[in-house]
Amino acid sequence: MKPQSHLFKENAKKALNDANLARALNNMKAGFQDKRRATIAKLPEFQDLRDQARDLKNHTLENLDFYLSRFEDRVTEKGGHVHWARTPVEAREAVLEICRSVDAKTVTKGKSMVTEEVGLNDFLIQSGLTPIETDLGEYIIQLRHELPSHIIAPAIHLNKEDVAETFRENHTQLDPNRRLDQVQDFTDEARAILRQKFQSADVGITGANFLIAETGSTVIVTNEGNGDLTQVLPKVHIVVASIEKTIPTLEDSATILRVLARSATGQEYSTYTTFSTGPRRPGDLDGPEQFHVVLLDNGRSALLGTEAQDTLRCIRCGACMNHCPVYGSVGGHAYGWVVPGPIGAALDPGLIGLEEAHDLPNASTFCGKCAEVCPMKIPLPKIMHHWRVKEHEAKLSPPRFRQGLAMWAWFARRPRLYRLGANAAIGMLGRLGAKRGRFAKLPLAAGWTAHRDLPAPSRGTFQQQWARHKRSQAPSSS
Amino acid sequence: MDQPRVGLFVTCLVDLFRPVIGFSAVTLLERAGCQVEVPADQTCCGQPAYNAGDLKNSRSIAQSVIRAFEDFDYIVAPSGSCAGMLRAHYPDLLKDDPEWFPRANHLAQRTHELISFLVDIRGMASVENVSFEAKATYHDSCSGLRELGVKDQPRRLLGTVDGLRLDELPGAEICCGFGGTFCIKYPEISNRMVADKTADITATGADLLLAGDLGCLMNMAGKLKREGSATQARHVAEVLAGMTEGPAIGEPEKAPGT
Repeated sequence: MKPQSHLFKENAKKALNDANLARALNNMKAGFQDKRRATIAKLPEFQDLRDQARDLKNHTLENLDFYLSRFEDRVTEKGGHVHWARTPVEAREAVLEICRSVDAKTVTKGKSMVTEEVGLNDFLIQSGLTPIETDLGEYIIQLRHELPSHIIAPAIHLNKEDVAETFRENHTQLDPNRRLDQVQDFTDEARAILRQKFQSADVGITGANFLIAETGSTVIVTNEGNGDLTQVLPKVHIVVASIEKTIPTLEDSATILRVLARSATGQEYSTYTTFSTGPRRPGDLDGPEQFHVVLLDNGRSALLGTEAQDTLRCIRCGACMNHCPVYGSVGGHAYGWVVPGPIGAALDPGLIGLEEAHDLPNASTFCGKCAEVCPMKIPLPKIMHHWRVKEHEAKLSPPRFRQGLAMWAWFARRPRLYRLGANAAIGMLGRLGAKRGRFAKLPLAAGWTAHRDLPAPSRGTFQQQWARHKRSQAPSSS
Repeated sequence: MDQPRVGLFVTCLVDLFRPVIGFSAVTLLERAGCQVEVPADQTCCGQPAYNAGDLKNSRSIAQSVIRAFEDFDYIVAPSGSCAGMLRAHYPDLLKDDPEWFPRANHLAQRTHELISFLVDIRGMASVENVSFEAKATYHDSCSGLRELGVKDQPRRLLGTVDGLRLDELPGAEICCGFGGTFCIKYPEISNRMVADKTADITATGADLLLAGDLGCLMNMAGKLKREGSATQARHVAEVLAGMTEGPAIGEPEKAPGT
C-alpha cells in the first residue's frame, strides 16, 4: 500500500471532526480496555509471561538467520515450499505465480496485515483474479473499498449503521426490508454469502501469527473460523508472513499465545488457534494439496541491530492502540499506513522511511501507556524518541519549531540571561493577566489559546520571590 | 542524615507561572526535616529539547543541572515529569560520556518527585493541622505515575487534610494531552484529549482538581476555564502545605465577591 503518513496532521484533523468515528472509537476503548484488565487480573503470572515472551523473541531476533533457515528446511521436509520476498513486488509476484500455476480464478483470504502491506488485493484484481476477504471486518471494508483502521479490528472505525448501509448496497440479491441492526444479523448474512465463496475458491491465502522453526508450522489465531475454511478447503494454501514472525519451538508458541489474546481482545484464548504443517498427507481427511509460505522482509532485516529492533518483537495484538489516547482520538486511518497507533509510530519510520513517517513518532505525549500494556515489553516511547533524534539530525521538523527551540535552548543554557528574560516577560504577563487570572488569547501562544485559556503567571517568578524571601529572613537567621 | 540538604529543582513552569508551588514544596520539605536550598543557576530540565530529539542541547542543559545540583544529598522537584527527566533520562543521555555518565547516575539516584520523596524517603504519613474544605479529585500525571511510581503517596497524604474529600477520577491514569510541546505541535489532538479529561473531571462533581505536575494542571485548568467550569485546580503541594489562600490556577488574584 502507498503510505499516506506524510498527511498525518491533515488526516488527524479530519478524523477529529468526524462524530461517527469518535463514537466508534469510544465504544472500542471501553470494550477492549475493560476486557483486557479483567482477564489479566485472573492470571497472576501474566507479568512473568511478558518477560518470558520478550526474552524468547529477543533470542529469536538475535539468531533470526538460523531460525529462518531451519523453518525453511522443515517446511520443505513436510512437502511445502518457501518463497523469499525482499520487497512487496517480489511477494506479490510470488503469490501470483502460484495462483497462475493452478489456473486460479478466485482467492479467499484470511485476515492478514502483511497482504495489506504489500497491496495484494489490488494487484490480484489487476491480474484478473478475484480476492475475497473472509474475516467479517475485512469483508466489510473490502466492500467499502477502505483500508483497515486497526490491526485486529479492521472496521473499528465504523458503527452498526454504516455496516447495515454497506450490506444493503452490496447484497442486492437479499430482501431490502430485512432486519440489519445487530452484530448477529451482520454475521449471519456475511456467513451465508461467504459460505459459497469458501467452497468455490481455488486458492486460500492467510497470514501467520507465528512461524515455528522447529516444526515448519504456521499458526493463525481467529475468532470466526474463517481462517480455517480459507486454508483447508481450497487446493492451495499460501501463507504470506513477515520474517520476524519466527519463533524457535512449538512450546514457545504456547508462551506467546498466553499473552496474545489476553492483550488483544481480553479473551484467555482466541476461539480458533490453528497450526498448519505442510500440505495434505496421504490418509488425511482434508487439507490443501499445496502449501506455500511467502516470507516478506520489506525493510525488517535492516532494523536488526538498530535502536528500532525491539519493534520486531511485536505480535500485533493491538493493545498499544487500544489504550493510546492519541489513537483513540484520531483512529487508525490518520496514521496513513498499515500499522497505526504507537507500534506504527515506532515501526513505520523504519519500514516506509523517516521522511514519509516522521510525524508519527512526534504524535505522542510520551505518556507511556502503550509500553505499560505491551505484552512483549516493547519500549515504544523510547523508540519514538529515537526517531525524533533521527528527525532532528535530518532537519525534517518544521523550521519555525526548530528555530524557536534553538532560541529557547540558547537561553536555557545561560541561567543569568534566562533569568533576565524570564523576569521581564513574566513581569509583563503577570501584570496583564492579574485581573482575569488567565488569557483567552495571546500572541505566540495561539496553539494553546485556540482551545483553552492560558493561566496567567503570578507577579514575579519564583526565583525573584525566593530571593526577596531570603533577604527578608537574612538578619534574623544569620 | 538527620537534616538532609535538599536542592529544590523548582522546574521552569513553577518558576515562571506559579511560585506558590515552590514555596509549598519548601514548606513541606522543611516540615519533613530537610534543609532546603534553591540553586539560582537552574532554568529547565531540558525536556523540550530532549523530546524534540535535540540531543546536543539536552546534554548541555543536563550538564548544567548536574553541576548545580550534584552536591546535595537529595534533589527534589514538585513535578513527576521533570524529576523523571533527571532520574530516567539523564543517565541515558550521557551514557557514552565517561566523565558525565557517573555524575548523571549519581544525580539520578538521589532525585525524587516531591510527594513520593516526602512519603517514601522521609516517611511522612500525614500532614498536621492542615485543612481545606473541598470535594476534590486527583489526576495521575503520566511521568510521575509510570516512570516514578507516584500513585498512592499523594492520596495517602491528602487523606489526612481536614475537610478534604477525595473522589477517584475515572480514567485518572489517562494522559491529559499536555505532553510539553505536543500540545503546541498537535493542538487539535491535544484538545480532544483534554476535553475528554475535563468531561471526566466534570462528571465527578468535584469542585477541586489536584495533580502533581503544573504542565498538566495548566492544560486541564485552562480547558476547564474555557468551558466555563467552576472547578478549581491546584497543585497537590499547595493543599498539603496549607498554602491555599491565593487564587487557584487561572483564577483572578481576588476571587469575585471578596
